[in-house]
Amino acid sequence: MAEPLLRVEDLVCRFGGVTATDHVSLDVNSGELHAIIGPNGAGKTTLISQLTGQLMSHSGTISFAGQDITRLPAHRRSRLGLARSFQITSLLPDFTAADNVAMAAQAHDGHSFRFWGDARKEKGLRDAARSALSRVGLEHRADTVVSELSHGEQRELELAVALATKPQLMLLDEPMAGLGATESAQMVKLLQELRREVTIVLVEHDMNAVFALADRITVLVYGRVIACDAPAAIRQHDEVKRAYLGDQHVVTRHD
Amino acid sequence: MKASLNARTIIVALVVAGLLLLPVYTTLSGNVFGLTLFTRIIIYALAAASLNLIMGYGGMMSFGHAAYLGIGGYAVGILAHEGIGSGFIQWPVALAASALFALVIGALSLRTRGVYFIMITLAFAQMAYYVASGLARYGGDDGLTIYKRSDFGGLIDLSNRVQFYYLCLGCLFGGIYLIWRIVNSRFGMVVQGLRSNERRMQAIGFPVNRYKLVCFVIAGTICGLAGALLANNTDFVSPAAMYWTRSGDLMVMVILGGMGSLFGPVLGTIAFLLLEEALSQFTEYWALIMGPLLLLIVLFARGGIDGMLGRARRG
Repeated sequence: MAEPLLRVEDLVCRFGGVTATDHVSLDVNSGELHAIIGPNGAGKTTLISQLTGQLMSHSGTISFAGQDITRLPAHRRSRLGLARSFQITSLLPDFTAADNVAMAAQAHDGHSFRFWGDARKEKGLRDAARSALSRVGLEHRADTVVSELSHGEQRELELAVALATKPQLMLLDEPMAGLGATESAQMVKLLQELRREVTIVLVEHDMNAVFALADRITVLVYGRVIACDAPAAIRQHDEVKRAYLGDQHVVTRHD
Repeated sequence: MKASLNARTIIVALVVAGLLLLPVYTTLSGNVFGLTLFTRIIIYALAAASLNLIMGYGGMMSFGHAAYLGIGGYAVGILAHEGIGSGFIQWPVALAASALFALVIGALSLRTRGVYFIMITLAFAQMAYYVASGLARYGGDDGLTIYKRSDFGGLIDLSNRVQFYYLCLGCLFGGIYLIWRIVNSRFGMVVQGLRSNERRMQAIGFPVNRYKLVCFVIAGTICGLAGALLANNTDFVSPAAMYWTRSGDLMVMVILGGMGSLFGPVLGTIAFLLLEEALSQFTEYWALIMGPLLLLIVLFARGGIDGMLGRARRG
């Protein structure tokens, strides 16, 4: 059995008295699409932030490609090939789409203590930006300022930026958040293609998308992993039904 | 859009031409005062342009930028006082001292964000102010008179008003050219990205603090040059050059001209100092008129003068 690409062991994160991540252990194998689901407040985004280094863990370890990264700052993890997209779109709003992606390519092309040449005229960066944009179908919007892109386009741009860092592993935090039905379907199609090239951890509320895409699903409730299995098995899992799918049914009935 | 873009280009071209030709006019008309006033304006414009690099492009609201005016000035003044009159020694020392100060206070204050950053840069500048006030050997509170301007051998005579004017203008244009190259370089992209969204920059792999610190040091060094010029211009340096109101003036010049615009600080400085000059002819309470005017600009013309001239945001 090959070493997993990402191995999380006994990870803990507390906010005051709340244990947002409660001794989570998790393996992500190279090449798989691993979904993390759970009700609101289960600690999914917290876990992603711990994995990418925006939040530091209180205990436990994270190893990535055989290297212990538990204490590495976010920018070092990105350099190792760990990319993330944000649940709430987090781009550079006053830059164009192409600039946003070129910036990501630049971050992974040596240091940026270069003070003279015009960065917007560097062919290498512009080409990298164009190819990442065309991967997500945004090449026609390359010169549009981000604040003028539609929400759906911004979600796609988030992916293009992550792609431009040439990641081994992409952590996608609700890429379908706020998308309409057509846009969601498009995003699912896009993820189908991307998963062939890069290992993906997907946090998502859209259950249709999750069950269509995932090789394995981890279910998180109150910061604890209650199940981790193939989609078919998760569907049948009693505790999951009760804790998560069941809860939602109850809620929808009250609506 | 195109027409307004032209309006801006025309104004900038006129200002540049006006600055280049001013000594011709003042020499012919014998208006020495005009030349002195504009020498001062140009020096402050250089200081404002350097502040614009960190504040306008980098989003670092430094409220202590006048400290470098004082440090650059005191480097010249103290060396002159100790008998070292050569500009080839004085000026590099002025730049190095400013860079070192920026490095130290930057390393400490860039750990903070927002209001805390504003407050801590203000605090460091005030510390520099009080240290200068305590330099009894160099005039203390009263400041230090410089009896001889920096000596550059036969190269240039700073005591000649016209030569000194053109030296200052050269420094200003050189400084703006440098800033223009920097903001469009890879380094400048990172700095502007940090203003836009620091968390995102970190997530895509930039060690953000290093870039901020280097930018902070570059801005401080350029402002140190303005300090050396200013001391030569007034033949005098005093702690007042570092007082927090002076830092505030620099911020106003940048905001008035247009943050994050290359030439904005020059327009802002010209407007600010000419307005101050004109209003103070009428009344000693000129600040009473200046205040509301600034308020109107901030409320109704967010991009400052440069914004009013029309321009695609941050090209």
